[in-house]
Amino acid sequence: MTFEPKIIGFLCNWCSYSGADLAGVSRIKSAPNLRIIRTMCSGRVDPTFIIKSFQLGADGVFVMGCHLGDCHYAEGNYKTLRRIPLLKRLIKDFGIDPKRLRLEWVSASEGDKFAELVNEMTEEMRKLGPLNLKIQ
Amino acid sequence: MPKPKLALYWAASCGGCEIAVLDIQEKILDVANAFDIVFWPVALDFKYADIRAMEDKSIDICLFNGSIRNSENEELAHLMRAKSKVLVAFGSCAYEGCIPALANLTTKEEILKWVYKDSPSTVVTNGGVYPQTHTKMPEGEIEIPEMYEVVKSLDQVVAVEYYIPGCPPQPKQIWAVIEYILSGQPLPPVGSVLGAGDKTCCDECPREKKEKKLKNFYRPYEIITDPNLCLLDQGIVCMGPATRSGCEALCPKANMACRGCYGPPPDCLDQGAKMVSALGSVIDAQETGELEKIFDQIADPIGTFYRFSLAHSILRRKQP
Repeated sequence: MTFEPKIIGFLCNWCSYSGADLAGVSRIKSAPNLRIIRTMCSGRVDPTFIIKSFQLGADGVFVMGCHLGDCHYAEGNYKTLRRIPLLKRLIKDFGIDPKRLRLEWVSASEGDKFAELVNEMTEEMRKLGPLNLKIQ
Repeated sequence: MPKPKLALYWAASCGGCEIAVLDIQEKILDVANAFDIVFWPVALDFKYADIRAMEDKSIDICLFNGSIRNSENEELAHLMRAKSKVLVAFGSCAYEGCIPALANLTTKEEILKWVYKDSPSTVVTNGGVYPQTHTKMPEGEIEIPEMYEVVKSLDQVVAVEYYIPGCPPQPKQIWAVIEYILSGQPLPPVGSVLGAGDKTCCDECPREKKEKKLKNFYRPYEIITDPNLCLLDQGIVCMGPATRSGCEALCPKANMACRGCYGPPPDCLDQGAKMVSALGSVIDAQETGELEKIFDQIADPIGTFYRFSLAHSILRRKQP
């Protein structure tokens, strides 16, 4: 059986989730590997959620938010911008490839970009293989 | 009426928790008056066999400090669990792994190799022999406990009723817990963290906090800090925002950043992740290059953010 990566997507309500929606209604095909969780803002994505996703079996975590300057809450995505790279360093120290965590900005009009990114991330995770986290 | 029975045990710990118990000073006499101390290897000469001979659940309270590092620690964890009505993970090691659990960032093999072969202070004899669990001597076979690959907290090995955080728990807090038990009031719900607050260290810290906008981080030796201002505001990585209250901000009051020994605040699953969240909110930079430069100034992020809580964090260990 071929390996199908499980990717958790945290998408902000105002831009990226609408972007994903647009990809859907425009019938743009993309990999079915992204499990989307809608959050009110990418700034609402606590690093704990991401680590917990890995613990529960995610092979990758994709965080998407509004482009900088477009945040519905003015500066939520700026916090995400700083948290994700710091968290990447931390998961690297935990022995998890930092490529398994990705942050991108997707607006409500970028359905095609959304589909492209999901395909890209899925391929990347397929190459990396399953995470198979050892907790004990 | 016979006095309630109290036991204290140390597993993989430094002994600081035991000293903290004695630091309640003359009140230790009240403890001795109120309880029958049946087991306390650091202070009294009882043997494991004495405990094995006791009936199950005959010890009323066991304060267990130290993490689970080897087979002896684990055996005693099961033994004390079986014999105690209430088992308390006492201190940071038993609660969340503490300093011994930083060994989870490396492997057993690497540790043994460094200690018995590579470290400059080691005189290599016999090609660097590692400790063996069983060794034949002329007098018979001797046995030492087996070191485990991963350090665990007490509750990852046996069920635990309560947790008392701190490295070590503050004597005042220890006394408050003992006093509460002695008062005969009903015990709090199982799983409670006792002897600590339910806010963060910052809440107890008297330093003045301003709007945080950090462009630089410093190691403590690199700057002279203002004793009245928040250390994090001044660029010292202070774990206060991601640490439970209860110590009355002992370290920040002594001009030292909070190291996080009281563990994560209530409802927080992962102290390190919370610290990432907190720092992400207060760093003042937007360019990737500038951000990376600022992150470079944080020495050993994983060891700093999880200094005390690694074994009890979500990921628990570095992936082998």
